[in-house]
Amino acid sequence: MIEIKNIKKGFGDKMVINDVSSVFETGRCNLIIGTSGSGKTVLMKCLVGLFEPDSGEICYDGKNFSEMNEEHRKALRQSIGMLFQGSALFDSMTVEQNVMFPLDMFTKNTVAEKAKRVDEVLERVNLVDAHKKFPAEISGGMKKRVGIARAIVLNPKYLFCDEPNSGLDPQTSLLIDKLIKEITYEYNITTVVNTHDMNSVMEIGDHIMYMYQGIKEWEGSNKEIIFSKNKLLNDFIFASEFLKDAKDMRTLEVKGKIDNNRNMDELLK
Amino acid sequence: MKFLTEFGLYLLTLKGMFSKPENGKMYWKEFMHQCSEIGIGSLGIVAIISIFMGAVSTLQTAYQLVSPIIPLSTIAQIVRDTVILEFSPTLVCIVLAGVVGSKIASELGNMRVSEQIDALEIMGINTKSYLIMPKLLAAIMMIPMLVVISAVLGIWGGRLAGTLTGILSAATFDKGLHQAFKPYNVFFAMAKSYTFAFIIASIPAYYGYNVQGGALEIGRASTKSVVVSCVLVLFSDYLLSALLL
Repeated sequence: MIEIKNIKKGFGDKMVINDVSSVFETGRCNLIIGTSGSGKTVLMKCLVGLFEPDSGEICYDGKNFSEMNEEHRKALRQSIGMLFQGSALFDSMTVEQNVMFPLDMFTKNTVAEKAKRVDEVLERVNLVDAHKKFPAEISGGMKKRVGIARAIVLNPKYLFCDEPNSGLDPQTSLLIDKLIKEITYEYNITTVVNTHDMNSVMEIGDHIMYMYQGIKEWEGSNKEIIFSKNKLLNDFIFASEFLKDAKDMRTLEVKGKIDNNRNMDELLK
Repeated sequence: MKFLTEFGLYLLTLKGMFSKPENGKMYWKEFMHQCSEIGIGSLGIVAIISIFMGAVSTLQTAYQLVSPIIPLSTIAQIVRDTVILEFSPTLVCIVLAGVVGSKIASELGNMRVSEQIDALEIMGINTKSYLIMPKLLAAIMMIPMLVVISAVLGIWGGRLAGTLTGILSAATFDKGLHQAFKPYNVFFAMAKSYTFAFIIASIPAYYGYNVQGGALEIGRASTKSVVVSCVLVLFSDYLLSALLL
């Protein structure tokens, strides 16, 4: 579990994150959503220690990250996996070497043991024939999957994904979402996903935090989001006319006023 | 003021390198890789420059020494001392500042921009230590070796040019090489090459590691690192000459 308390972070005079608190539970997909510039990436960078918050606390299973010394942070970081927006794979290494890198650095396993573990995680992300390929030779979706494989190879307790669907087609995005969700439940990881992809919100959002101009504007689950009365959230989630109609239909369906399976044809007439 | 800020950041970047390696074997592997990149990778250009540098020195010295009272072996003496004292350490290191420096700056800059450095940080790796230290140590180890090779090739190039053009015989050149040789000159050349090696690796590493932005900034950092390295090489060349000669 990751708990953040009253996090504040600014650059110069501009406050990017203003007094944000939340709890990201273990074994759940926790989503941070918001428009570009709302502070979600900065918040995630504060969570993983790439930025130091100006004030507030970040607690990993009760241990205050902000108060840890460099050695303790290093130890904690070995239980953190992160998938970057651009995958951040090492260009000069093959897929296999990329995934093996954390094992080489932090374990004393034999080459055979490491190769077995690499095979396992690559198979888990449905990449079995790409071992010897370089990042430049594989597609965007495959890069994301290699990024996930590298993030989970050391069996992390916490998984962070920064915009995992950016630049991917809707079908591949769904596959990546599904993979993140399955891995979260399978390994009981605390997963935090930074996204503005609405499919992800609806598919994997066990816990969603909506940020607006550096402030936590709304918090809930994907089940609750559809009935939210928060105007800013609704403007963000249901931005298009199509999605607004879909929300209205879903609301009517849940209230029992329509049955999508039975009287849709009648409604369309 | 900006200079002091940059200098402070440079010192902090260097200070950040000193920590216990997460895995000595991986650091050793990276060090050997950098030795190969910096040493073997630059050998070709160093060899070409050195041979021509020595050859041109012989021809130009012979052109200027027209007095019949000066023995021909003096040409070899002048070529030897010029190559050892100045051409090999300084000229070769200025070329290496371009070749090695731009490579280090653009490699680290690209890693920064594409979040590869962040990925390493999140894994719990001291990126300054893992990415900069092996490059710096490899440069400090390989560049003086390249300077020695350059001096040997430079003198050989001078000998070759002298004999091919008929200016002086190989025996006269060899005689000149042995005349009034000061081993201190070699020490001076090595002192310079160690100093330059540190500049050539650390300045581009600082600019590359701290790149902010995109592809344009990587190019700018690379250019700036080469310019600053070259200026510092020349400045320290003067300083060392004033102090040690």
